[in-house]
Amino acid sequence: MAFDIVLVLLVIGVAVWTIAARDTFAAVIGFVALGLLLTLVWVRLAAPDVALTESALGSGLTGGLLLGASARLACSEATASDEEPGAILQLIAAVLCALMSAGLVALVLLLPQPAPTLAPQAVANIAATGLGNPVTAVLMAYRAIDTLLEVVVLLLALVGIWSLAPDRVWGGLPGPRRHADPNGLLTFIAQLLVPIGILVGIYIFWVGSVAPGGEFQGATILAAMWVLASMAGLVDAPSVSGRRLRLMLAVGPAVFFAIGLTGFATAGAFLAYPEAHAKALILTIEVPLTLSIAATLALLVAGPPERASGR
Amino acid sequence: MTETALYGLCAAGLVGLGLFGLIVQPHPLRKILAFNLIGSGVFLLFGVVARRGAAAGLGGDPVPQALVITGLVVAFAATALAVALLLRLFQETGRTTLRSDG
Repeated sequence: MAFDIVLVLLVIGVAVWTIAARDTFAAVIGFVALGLLLTLVWVRLAAPDVALTESALGSGLTGGLLLGASARLACSEATASDEEPGAILQLIAAVLCALMSAGLVALVLLLPQPAPTLAPQAVANIAATGLGNPVTAVLMAYRAIDTLLEVVVLLLALVGIWSLAPDRVWGGLPGPRRHADPNGLLTFIAQLLVPIGILVGIYIFWVGSVAPGGEFQGATILAAMWVLASMAGLVDAPSVSGRRLRLMLAVGPAVFFAIGLTGFATAGAFLAYPEAHAKALILTIEVPLTLSIAATLALLVAGPPERASGR
Repeated sequence: MTETALYGLCAAGLVGLGLFGLIVQPHPLRKILAFNLIGSGVFLLFGVVARRGAAAGLGGDPVPQALVITGLVVAFAATALAVALLLRLFQETGRTTLRSDG
């Protein structure tokens, strides 16, 4: 209990820093630290799958994205500070936000007893999916439609980002070209870490069927390794109009959708799996899906095209 | 008070702080950051609800846990889109103000 109190105080303290810090860069650093603390909170809440996602995606990849943006926008901070609302307005906002928090606290304290739960149903039917991790069973079997729609949302976000490219670099290469410094620290770290990271990413994905892990966590680590290698200048971003890249992005959702459709014939419903082949079908979906999610996440970080492709 | 309720209070605090930042901070990147703070609080509330649903030998209800994983991924996609819009605005106008009269 003492550990939990200290952890909660730390989380709130770092959150206050994230809001109150004058410098945007410092605030983003606070946000990354907050993500790591929240990872601990998720472990305390007995949700190791969420902890992995929070540390890799919520803290790591989001942090990298926001750090990059804050570096590019550093010179715009001075103009923004004269738009700050006056003291009275800030006070009103603070009071209203405190009321909102108080309402949520009341909700938390008035939650029904005993708590409603779907855990017994999730455990009772897990044998039919052939999986050993109930969270993966929810993502890939019980609520597979959510996961399918989620991957489509990822692709739509990527289409949105690509469509922000100016005309002259339409369909070009995202981000500035970085050149590797053969003696640089970043190059060394990238060379050392990327092979290990790829192995860890594949392992986290593979172990997800029986233990904490899964395609989103694994794919995030794979995407982060690509981002690291490209920051170090070891790889260049591909042209976003390349056919192979487009295929890589689409193959996961396409296979997912196709297998979902065969569910009509073999198990009587969209995204239903015949019991004898459930595990094999889920794996057939997960492998291309992990590849597609990793590519999509990496390109979401890379941003809209900024250079014309060589053609 | 139980540990779960304690984390519930923490979640409520995060939502309040994030909302305050979203309203008061003038810089759009700070607003995106604050919005992510609200998101973290909402996800944590889900985590509390999941933990309370511990049963059948599981430490928590796997359904809200899976929903949080989905939510984290979608929140990342939305953040990436918002950052790209902001960078494009800066590239086009040289400013990041959200004022319509500016």
